[in-house]
Amino acid sequence: MHHAVEPAESPLTPESWGKLGMWVFLAGDAMSFGALLAGYGAIRAGSVDWPAPSQVLGISLTAIMTFLLICSSVTMVKALSAIKHGDARRMRKFLSLTVLGGVLFLGMQAYEWTHLIHGGLHFTSNPYGNYLFGTTFFAITGFHGMHVTGGVIYLSLITLNSMRKQYTAANFNGVEIAGLYWHFVDLVWILVFTFVYLI
Amino acid sequence: MSATHQEPNYMHVFYALTVLTAVEIGVVFLPMSKMIIAILLVGFALFKAILVAMYFMHLKFEKRTLGIIALTPLILCTLLIIALLPDLTGTPHKSEIKATAEAEQVQEPAATE
Repeated sequence: MHHAVEPAESPLTPESWGKLGMWVFLAGDAMSFGALLAGYGAIRAGSVDWPAPSQVLGISLTAIMTFLLICSSVTMVKALSAIKHGDARRMRKFLSLTVLGGVLFLGMQAYEWTHLIHGGLHFTSNPYGNYLFGTTFFAITGFHGMHVTGGVIYLSLITLNSMRKQYTAANFNGVEIAGLYWHFVDLVWILVFTFVYLI
Repeated sequence: MSATHQEPNYMHVFYALTVLTAVEIGVVFLPMSKMIIAILLVGFALFKAILVAMYFMHLKFEKRTLGIIALTPLILCTLLIIALLPDLTGTPHKSEIKATAEAEQVQEPAATE
C-alpha cells in the first residue's frame, strides 16, 4: 500500500491558503505574547517586592471580561456554523454579537485602566512594590488590548462583507479565517488572565 | 472544509470554559502554598487554551500541518523559558561573581556576606 498525496488532501489547496497564512501569522504572534509572558515571569521571579496581583488589580471585573471574551468566541463559532449551513441572517446576527462582545471588552478594559491609574498604578511607578509591576501590567494587557481593537475592526469589516452577501454555504473562508484570529485573542486572554491577574 | 467535517458541540466547550474559569478564581483563595496554587492555575489555563485551539479553532479536525505550525511557538517558548532559567533561580551571573569578588578585595578580605 502506497501513500499517495492527493492534491485535495494537501494543506496547500487554494481555498486553504488564507487559513494557512493566518495560522503562520498566529504562530508568530504567539511568540510575541510568549516572549512578553516569559519576560514577565523572569522579572517577577527575580523580584522580592512583587505585589499580590489579585489584591492590587482586583479580579471580579476581569473575570467578567474573561467570560465576555469566551462568550464572543462562542458567538463567532455560531456565526461560522450558520453560514456553513447557508443561514446568512443567523451569521450576520452572531457576527454582530461578536463585535459587540469585543467592544464591551475594550470598554471594560478602559474603565479598569482608568481606575488603576487613578489608584496610582503607572507605567514606571506604583505605590504597591516593584515598579516593573506597572510596566509589565500595562505592556501585556495593552498589547492584548490592541489585538482586541484590531479584531473589532477586522470583524466589523467581515460583518460589513456579510451584509453585502459576500459569504455563502460554499464560500465562508473569510469568516473562518477571521474566526481563527478572534479565538486566538481569546486564547491569549485566558493565559494573560491567569498569569497577570490570578497567580 | 473536508467532506467529513464534524461540528463539535460548542455549548459543551463553552460550559467547560466557564466552569474552569470559576474554578480558577476559587483556587486563588484556597489555603494552600503559593506554589501549588500556581501549578493548578497554569494547568487549568493550559487546558482552557487547548480547548479553544482544538474546538473553536478546529485544530482537532484539521490537517496535521496546521497542528505542527500551532505547536511551533509552544516549543520555542519552552526553549525561551529554559534560556531564562538562570535568571529565575537567582543564580548570579559570572560577571556578578567577578564584580562581587573584586568588591570584597577592595573592602576587607575577612568580610563574608
